[in-house]
Amino acid sequence: MSASSAFNDEKGGSSSVGEPEYGHDPASGGIFSSDYKRHDDLKEMLDSNKDSLKLEAMKRIVAVIIHIIWNSIFFFIGMFCSHCSSLQVKKLVYVYLVRYAEEQQDLALLSISTFQRGLKDPNQLIRASALRVLSSIRVTIIVPIMMLAIKEAASDMSPYVRKTAAHAIPKLYSLDPEQKDQLIEVIEKLLADKTTLVAGSVVMAFEEVCPERIDLIHKNYRKLCNLLIDVEEWGQVVIINMLTRYARTQFLNPNMNESLLEEGSGGDRTFYGSDEDEDEDEEEKEKKAETPAMAKRKPYVMDPDHRLLLRNTKPLLQSRNAAVVMAVAQLYFHLAPKAEVGVIAKALVRLLRSHSEVQYVVLQNVATMTIKRRGMFEPYLKSFYIRSTDPTQIKVLKLEVLTNLANETNISTILREFQTYIKSMDKDFVAATIQAIGRCATNIGEVRDTCLNGLVQLLSNRDELVVAESVVVIKKLLQMQPEKHSDIIKHMAKLTDNIQVPMARASILWLIGEYCEHVPKIAPDVLRKMAKSFTNEEDIVKLQIINLAAKLYLTNSKQTKLLTQYVLNLAKYDQNYDIRDRARFIRQLIVPTEKSGALSKYAKKLFLALKPAPVLESPFKDRDHFQLGSLSHLLNAKAGGYQELPDWPEAAPDPSVRNVEVPEWTKCSSREKRKEKKVEKPFYSDSEGESGPTESADSGNFSWLLSDSASGSESGSGSEESASRSESEESEDGSESEEEEEEEEEEKEKKKKKKELKKPVQESERKCSFHANVYQPSLYNWALVSMTLHLVLCLQTIAPSSALKNYELLHRITGEGLSVEYCFSRQPFSPDANMVAVQMQFTNNATADTKNLHIEDVKLQSGMRVKEFSEIELLPAGETATAVMGIDFCDSTQAANFQLCTHTRKFFVSIQPPVGELMRPVFLTENEFKKEQGQLMGMNEITEKLTLDMKCRNEHTIVQRVTTAANLSRVPCGSDKEFAGRTVSSSSLVLVTVATKEEGAAQLTVNCEKMVIGTMLVKDILLALTQ
Amino acid sequence: MIHSLFLVNASGDIFLEKHWKSVVSRSVCDYFFEAQERATEPENVPPVIPTPHHYLISVLRHRIYFVAVIQSEVPPLFVIEFLHRVVDTFQDYFGVCTEAAIKDNVVVVYELLEEMLDNGFPLATESNILKELIKPPTILRTMVNTITGSTNVGEQLPTGQLSVVPWRRTGVKYTNNEAYFDVVEEIDAIIDKSGSTITAEIQGVIDACVKLTGMPDLTLSFMNPRLLDDVSFHPCVRFKRWEAERILSFIPPDGNFRLLSYHVSSQNLVAIPVYVKHNITFREGSSQGRFDLTLGPKQTMGKAVESVLVSSQLPRGVLNANLNPSQGTYTFDPVTKMLSWDVGKINPQKLPSLKGTMSLQAGASKPDENPSINIQFKIQQMAISGCTQAGQTL
Repeated sequence: MSASSAFNDEKGGSSSVGEPEYGHDPASGGIFSSDYKRHDDLKEMLDSNKDSLKLEAMKRIVAVIIHIIWNSIFFFIGMFCSHCSSLQVKKLVYVYLVRYAEEQQDLALLSISTFQRGLKDPNQLIRASALRVLSSIRVTIIVPIMMLAIKEAASDMSPYVRKTAAHAIPKLYSLDPEQKDQLIEVIEKLLADKTTLVAGSVVMAFEEVCPERIDLIHKNYRKLCNLLIDVEEWGQVVIINMLTRYARTQFLNPNMNESLLEEGSGGDRTFYGSDEDEDEDEEEKEKKAETPAMAKRKPYVMDPDHRLLLRNTKPLLQSRNAAVVMAVAQLYFHLAPKAEVGVIAKALVRLLRSHSEVQYVVLQNVATMTIKRRGMFEPYLKSFYIRSTDPTQIKVLKLEVLTNLANETNISTILREFQTYIKSMDKDFVAATIQAIGRCATNIGEVRDTCLNGLVQLLSNRDELVVAESVVVIKKLLQMQPEKHSDIIKHMAKLTDNIQVPMARASILWLIGEYCEHVPKIAPDVLRKMAKSFTNEEDIVKLQIINLAAKLYLTNSKQTKLLTQYVLNLAKYDQNYDIRDRARFIRQLIVPTEKSGALSKYAKKLFLALKPAPVLESPFKDRDHFQLGSLSHLLNAKAGGYQELPDWPEAAPDPSVRNVEVPEWTKCSSREKRKEKKVEKPFYSDSEGESGPTESADSGNFSWLLSDSASGSESGSGSEESASRSESEESEDGSESEEEEEEEEEEKEKKKKKKELKKPVQESERKCSFHANVYQPSLYNWALVSMTLHLVLCLQTIAPSSALKNYELLHRITGEGLSVEYCFSRQPFSPDANMVAVQMQFTNNATADTKNLHIEDVKLQSGMRVKEFSEIELLPAGETATAVMGIDFCDSTQAANFQLCTHTRKFFVSIQPPVGELMRPVFLTENEFKKEQGQLMGMNEITEKLTLDMKCRNEHTIVQRVTTAANLSRVPCGSDKEFAGRTVSSSSLVLVTVATKEEGAAQLTVNCEKMVIGTMLVKDILLALTQ
Repeated sequence: MIHSLFLVNASGDIFLEKHWKSVVSRSVCDYFFEAQERATEPENVPPVIPTPHHYLISVLRHRIYFVAVIQSEVPPLFVIEFLHRVVDTFQDYFGVCTEAAIKDNVVVVYELLEEMLDNGFPLATESNILKELIKPPTILRTMVNTITGSTNVGEQLPTGQLSVVPWRRTGVKYTNNEAYFDVVEEIDAIIDKSGSTITAEIQGVIDACVKLTGMPDLTLSFMNPRLLDDVSFHPCVRFKRWEAERILSFIPPDGNFRLLSYHVSSQNLVAIPVYVKHNITFREGSSQGRFDLTLGPKQTMGKAVESVLVSSQLPRGVLNANLNPSQGTYTFDPVTKMLSWDVGKINPQKLPSLKGTMSLQAGASKPDENPSINIQFKIQQMAISGCTQAGQTL
């Protein structure tokens, strides 16, 4: 059996697909009948052990799909094949399965187990493709399985699998919208992902599933902005469109204060406010407090996040992908201050050199933009000149743009250009040009006469279409100043003999009727001619004849009475009821009879009232209420699933919701100042807690806390609150009940608490005493306690840490007396060099002994390994024990989750390493360092500029801070401060350079093969140095 | 996003369909055929057609319509750009993108489409990744496949999708390392009948063919980067470096790709390298018209002007043309009234000309349209913008 024969079949089959009656075609019928015969051997082939035979069979089956011939037997066989090992066969089976699963649901279920097995495969690519196919099977019964698979994949270690999970979300959603809430949770989780691979896909899922949940974006906004440039191009389009909507809800209109327009002063501020020192922070706080009041009297200041978005999208105008360029263009159009929108013009003009379909879409958008911001495209006027090779639809759009761009200064060149266009052979285009001339003439008074003369000349054109179009346009122009142009009207009256185009005839008749005083001699004659040909005219012309007759009857009844009667009589028996109605109506109105009432007195006023001149408007006038670049904008109609672009808010929502909270670098500006404040209090500054807090100090503390949470400023839970508040304000569908939200909130709170528990705590003694105090006045609810906790922990992180940071694994309250802390001892872990050593300290604060301390049920991301510590058999009350365990984190900061078991209880705990702990120091000489650095250039190099903290300008502190943040060793000598290390699992080199300059300016460079590690490390070190 | 794709040939037959979500009946294309009938020219079919339940977005390439069916709001350019990318990929795989080529490789086409979109969202569009997944058919491979019964689906997994440089496939090895850069510049000019240039702009692209082992990091610098008014890059180019130093620094994909395209604005004066002397007249009353056209080079810096092709749409009244070219051949299509003259190379000593008469419809009056003349030509080894490369390093 040869492949070529299979191909031949396909050819024969597919060529006949176009004709539905191919069954009757003897030739193709022959092919198909022979096909049927071959099905027998297909089965044998699929059952055989040889991959090549199976493959051949599958190829034929896939070919059959194309012919849409269904035969369920293949499906069975497909099931067997899906167990087979060859990747080639699998692929084809997948194609097949996805296509027909919906129709043969029961059979499709047979294959599910294969994919479930695939989901556990050690190879990430196989996991991903298994998930991809599983989620593509549109069978409702497997929804729970899909849900489970997606959830699992969302926390997979491989970003590629996570990306696939993001892709699977909309599939599941379209299959079963009931899953929305659960899916939103997954989306929320994936939105927090820091890899570029995932970002685009998850935002896509967000847009499909829950575009109204803008609150999910807050925390990820800055990250998305920063990642944007590295996301793949399709993802960029989706993210930019989403961010446009987001920005419209969160920031103030940059053009609201046009006269006082100012560049955002925060433009160059660094991302996290943390590098500013204390007193500036105070100012900052004051400023923020004043913001609403300021907006009224002070010039507009752009939110730094708004500026960040504009700054980070600008380079994308240089993308090769037209869709990305358009997305950025619309973002600038909708969001940027007026002065900055201009940058997009150049890029859009560049797109005009692309395929005609791209031109079509771009020109539509440019046409809308030119109405609002004409100046932007004026320098590019010539780029919109029409080429003879353009398709008509492009020509017409270009005309539209040219017309919009026309003003007093350039009108002469544009008109000259139009004159050439009129001689084109494309008649539709000529007609559009005439319209365009008409519009220029109405918009620009100076050239009206010139245009009119030009158009009148066109009346002698041989082409009827041109003449007709000119007549229509002239009619509109004449309405503006009819007195001057009676000769033109006369000229046009003559044309009635020749012009056959109904619209033009109607226009002429209307003109003559309207201005019959200017042509008193000709008008009755025209009516006479028209009455003669009345029966042969088009409807639209007939109506105008009746109008003309009525108007003449009113002005010149002596001459036209009989004619009018005649016309009205003809109209009375017309086939069209509209015309009959009109005739009846007019007869009653103008011919005075005894019955006719008061109205006929006013007939003249009715008919010959001064009519306002028509305004010739661009069809693109009001299109900009649709988001530019969208399908809805293109069609000028709302497409399904279109998300309205919201109006700018009156006052900016709280910008602090975008502050990011990540355990390792929580300390954003606002929190910091609070800490500083607290440090002043004697209680906290005490090195040991033995003095014990006085009641007054304590209560004072709590009242402060209370007021703080009420004001909803930037503490952790405060921001949560404001986030949910803004959500409830904005969310348009009230589907989520308040209760649910509260529940969610509580859940978040709990999560937060868990997170906080992991935070570094240094002196357990002190903490204990404090918590005892918290509990005694048990008036305060859970949330408050968690807040307090939070605060205490924050406090302690700023205390100068010794070389090793302690982290809490199990708090004594949750642990019922057992507290566990751990630290990364930075010692090599002897049983396995690829593991990070974690030193754990168990303290038994309870009154009873704890026995059999050990680890159970280790849950890890694939690839990670754990070497447990040996069981501690007995931990007497009040005693402390230490143990060391090893964890191979696979160079990722994914947490290792496990259960800590005592003889009575089990506690769920997790260890998440800071990125700095994932490496071990290596010794390099300066030369070696330079050499290695030279090899890790390009994508592997990350450079960041920073301003060093006042306290951290000398070399010693810098070295200390860097080595505290990351387990690296310093390269001896050397002008800059250089550090080197290798990651523990894969031994990839990590090189860090801190180059200091005067005034505390410095540059941090990290070279690392693993980009993710590199980026995270940069952030950590940056934070360590700037605090 | 993209629901389905239909491929429609010039005679209006759907010869291939692919669905990424649920199956959409092909009757949806009837709306497309309606629009196609309304349009006079094939390229005048509107790219976006709304139907009651779907929207059809189509592109026309190589006389095949690629009609994508979408159901909800999506940026139209997103779909259009993607469809063009599909065509480019087909062209890359099969050399040409014709109905016959697609039908011959229908399995590969399906495999490609399956990989390029997942649930209507683009998944892998980089040619390097795709080629790793699905090997392009070659004559040799087709032979081998026929004998061994294997297909073009690559055995190895697409590791490229995981790397930080997704456009480059991993593990590239060449015995001869080479990199070629082609600078192609196009000039578009509109010249009025008196010979003065109304608008002229230069569009240039740098196409590269890089065959280098490993992960090369290239830089390319220009003598006069200021000339480039507006540029767009392949995603591999580091934008920051360009912004700061005007140097192109990039890790190239393997094989052929378009490194950048640039635009030299019309503000700069452009010297058009050829001129045309024309004399086309119709006399009132007679059924004869005179046609006289002479081409000549100017400012070509000694380079030869090659493959010159002149085409002109003559007025509808022209029945036939009886012309005499001094070199090359000419054809006149009496149906479309399209005159095309394949001149070839311009010899500055003996300027090519086309002279003769046109016969008009008897009795018809003088046509009042001005025929426009399109001239295409090539000049090797000359950059009209004056843009020069300073050097490149690895």
